[in-house]
Amino acid sequence: MLTYVARRVLISIPTIFGVATVIFLLVRLLPGDPARTIAGVLATPEDVERIRQQFGFDQPLYVQYVTYITHLLTGNLGVSTRTGAPVTEEIFTRLPYTLELAAISTVLSILIGVTLGVIAATRRGTPLDLLISGLAVFGLSMPVYWLGLMLIIVFSIEIHAFPAAGAQDPLGFVLPSVTLAMFSLALVARQSRSAMLEVLGQDFVRTARAKGAPLRTVLVKHALRNALLPVVTVIGLQFGALIGGAVLTETVFSWPGVGRLLVDSIFSRDYPVVQGVVLMLAVAFIFVNLLVDLLYAYVDPRIRYS
Amino acid sequence: MSIRALDTADLLSGLTAPEFGAQTARGRFWSKIRRSPSALVGLVILGIYLLLALVGPLAAPFDPGHDILRDQFQSPSTHHFLGTDDLGRDEFLMLLYGARYTLYLGFLAVAIGLGAGLPLGAISGYFGGWVDLLVQRLTDVLLSFPGILLALALVAGLGVGLRNVIISVGISSIPIFIRLTRASALSIRELPYVEAARALGVPNWLILLRHVIPNSLAPVIVQATLQLGAAILVAAGLGFLGLGVQKPTPEWGSMLGEARTYIFTDAKLVTLPGLAIFGAVLAFNLVGDGLRDALDPRLK
Repeated sequence: MLTYVARRVLISIPTIFGVATVIFLLVRLLPGDPARTIAGVLATPEDVERIRQQFGFDQPLYVQYVTYITHLLTGNLGVSTRTGAPVTEEIFTRLPYTLELAAISTVLSILIGVTLGVIAATRRGTPLDLLISGLAVFGLSMPVYWLGLMLIIVFSIEIHAFPAAGAQDPLGFVLPSVTLAMFSLALVARQSRSAMLEVLGQDFVRTARAKGAPLRTVLVKHALRNALLPVVTVIGLQFGALIGGAVLTETVFSWPGVGRLLVDSIFSRDYPVVQGVVLMLAVAFIFVNLLVDLLYAYVDPRIRYS
Repeated sequence: MSIRALDTADLLSGLTAPEFGAQTARGRFWSKIRRSPSALVGLVILGIYLLLALVGPLAAPFDPGHDILRDQFQSPSTHHFLGTDDLGRDEFLMLLYGARYTLYLGFLAVAIGLGAGLPLGAISGYFGGWVDLLVQRLTDVLLSFPGILLALALVAGLGVGLRNVIISVGISSIPIFIRLTRASALSIRELPYVEAARALGVPNWLILLRHVIPNSLAPVIVQATLQLGAAILVAAGLGFLGLGVQKPTPEWGSMLGEARTYIFTDAKLVTLPGLAIFGAVLAFNLVGDGLRDALDPRLK
């Protein structure tokens, strides 16, 4: 087990380096002069030159790369061209808002998703199953931003139940969390339905039923416990969707999180912040998947750690 | 490799040629598709969209220059079937033309993903060794950008506009096709007919072209269908953020993004483009699910 953990952790390190390199190249190799872009249309040639030196764009590419990686290793993501504050500071003031939203949405999607999935699986082929499966496809096909706006129209504009923007009071969390949770919820419901169906068809479930164990016990103790394994892995997958969704959801609800920060920074061509946010989100995604893999190996003894 | 069992790539990797080669299997496939009501619904919606995209603009010529501000925010009338938008443009015509852009964008983006992902995955799985290692590490890196983020980062660098959106969404759908084709190629290269071809001295490129790629297509087709939905969703998301297709091109995502400002004035301008995106994505997802059920031998 320990070797497996060590191996998985070691494999993630080159991936993180790869991600950092891709982000580095993205800004530098693309057409156009980044210094000019950062300086803006109204800048004088002197301004552009000053920025070029300040960001080291006048150095050869490999020197820039070495500087970039050394800075990364010391946790230095550079300085925002818009506010002048360190990028890490910009990110950490916004991060709690995104984390809160993501946490609520994850809990919502797992609780409701697993419940719906189990209900659908145990009533396979009934109208209820069709309804749940249908809703799951709807959830997976719905544009997050559109759902958010529809919720605003109904619950903010029409019946004034919840605020349409802002993270000031607890009520403000309701619409963004529901919006963000919808895709994950559908994903989890679908996955737990098929996992549950697979388990329900197996011998040990039939044996448990045959020896007279009540349906409830069989469902919860035998079937669900085994079906939860694949569901664990979905949590890793849905985290990716959650991050992508957060960028859109935060824009719809003017939420002060990192997703909104990313979009704002792209518009103001604040490349250090764009670089920093993308890197941080990708690394977070790598870590969540690492954790899920380890958790999966830990809970499922059938997996060999070779 | 990761042990996540639920990657579509892994789920579909069990599908290889033998199940589909024979005529009877093909017949079974079509009868399954026909019996799947959701796949049929998907096909019907898709047919309507295709028809609107192809015929609509011919039937209703559209003049993008014809924005008359005094006509803005009109309610539906005989003159403007669905009313007008913030610039006085006919909402129905905008939506009609949007179908064309959305489908064009989706198909081209997936074509890029397929065009690069399929050969890379086949080569990676067939040859193994350092080629495989290199391609797989690259795939790992690309898959580490969660959700819409890779496309977003690419657009941030490349700049906005229809062409760059297609490139960005296309690149971000490459890794899933690499994974999927590689998984199939890994199992196909061990099959007797590949061994026989090799024993006969058939060159590797021909084996790849004749045997490995055609026989790994089944899961790839399923994924390509689902990916069309995903590509449309991401491209429209970029449009919504203002980082996608720009005005005056009537793309549904950017229409939705612009209409957001007028959500209090005219809710229909927000509702309709989103509904159009939703319908297109739903159609591709339904057809993709139907194809998967019809092609997956484990679900019989």
